[in-house]
Amino acid sequence: MVVCIKWCLAPFYALGEKMRKEAGGVRRRALRAAFPYTIPIFAGFWFLGLAYGVYMNVSGFSFWYPMVMSLVVFGGSLEFVMVTMLVSPFAPLATFLLALMIQARHVFYGIAMLDKYKGLDWKRFYLYFSLCDETFSLNYTLEVPPGIDRGWFYFFVSLLNHIYWISGSTLGGLLGSLVKFNTEGLEFVMTALFVVIFLEQWSKEKKHYTALIGLLASVVCLLLFGPDSFLLPAMGIILLLLMLFRKPIEKAGGLTLTADERTVDQP
Amino acid sequence: MNLTEQIIVIALCAFATMLTRFLPFLVFSDKRPTPKYISYLGKALPAASFAMLIVYSLRNIDLSGGSFAIAEVLAIIVTCALYFWKRQMLLPIAGGTLTYMLLVQLVF
Repeated sequence: MVVCIKWCLAPFYALGEKMRKEAGGVRRRALRAAFPYTIPIFAGFWFLGLAYGVYMNVSGFSFWYPMVMSLVVFGGSLEFVMVTMLVSPFAPLATFLLALMIQARHVFYGIAMLDKYKGLDWKRFYLYFSLCDETFSLNYTLEVPPGIDRGWFYFFVSLLNHIYWISGSTLGGLLGSLVKFNTEGLEFVMTALFVVIFLEQWSKEKKHYTALIGLLASVVCLLLFGPDSFLLPAMGIILLLLMLFRKPIEKAGGLTLTADERTVDQP
Repeated sequence: MNLTEQIIVIALCAFATMLTRFLPFLVFSDKRPTPKYISYLGKALPAASFAMLIVYSLRNIDLSGGSFAIAEVLAIIVTCALYFWKRQMLLPIAGGTLTYMLLVQLVF
């Protein structure tokens, strides 16, 4: 009887195995397609992550702290500020508000990714969870190569970046002051990445109103409010100007066509 | 600060971060179509955000204090030139970064 049932079910098992293998192939192809794009982030995150881990170490924290913080927060600027928070008197409300202020720009990224991350089942929870500056820049700008699963591609870009950041900061926390940096200036890799992403976006638009609004608002606010508090006013002004000039921007073709609009979606 | 307080601080920062990253997703659900003005912002914000990120990553340069802004300007020019020459991502990032490292380590 048991043998009979096994025999009847065998084709289904075989089918399941085949589907699992194909799914594995989809994942492996997406990983292989995603990896090259994350190499600059690897350089930048290992450099910044190491620096951050070393900073935590010399501030008297075990490597567990940078490791856990990089895992659950995954945001460099806030994590650096958190070192100061952790050695100051306990002030939960102030901590929470300061964290919200530093991280507020992520709301922009979430809005921009709404359409791209739509319908990506459970993956989108991780995709929003890990939406840092660099991951947003890549996933918004990159065009998913033909034949590669969109969801897995975005997933692996996010996951690889996350792994680079966690491993870099943990290593820094372990090595501590043993690390001697003669890599002065390597932090520029992040600026270079943002410049290239900016240019990539620039060449996809007919008119550049939105880029210029962002540049002007940020520079003016930086000069007015200083490096530590210019982001929020800059974001406010950007939002205001974009809403005020919505009609002329849309009319003049100042928006990019998203990849979905230019190419047919992969099945 | 004791361990419990430290855990609370880390949890609060993680929660605040998640709030900012998930907010648009939570407000505009997958099932209903996204409102028109949010779709517009979704397309208008990236270019503005990338510009903001460039300024953000350069926020600590000291324009009054000597020669350092020259290194940044030169490295950005090299990055742009390589980008428009080859139209790909890795080469300009590597070239710009190397230029910057050489300049700050050897020249300035």
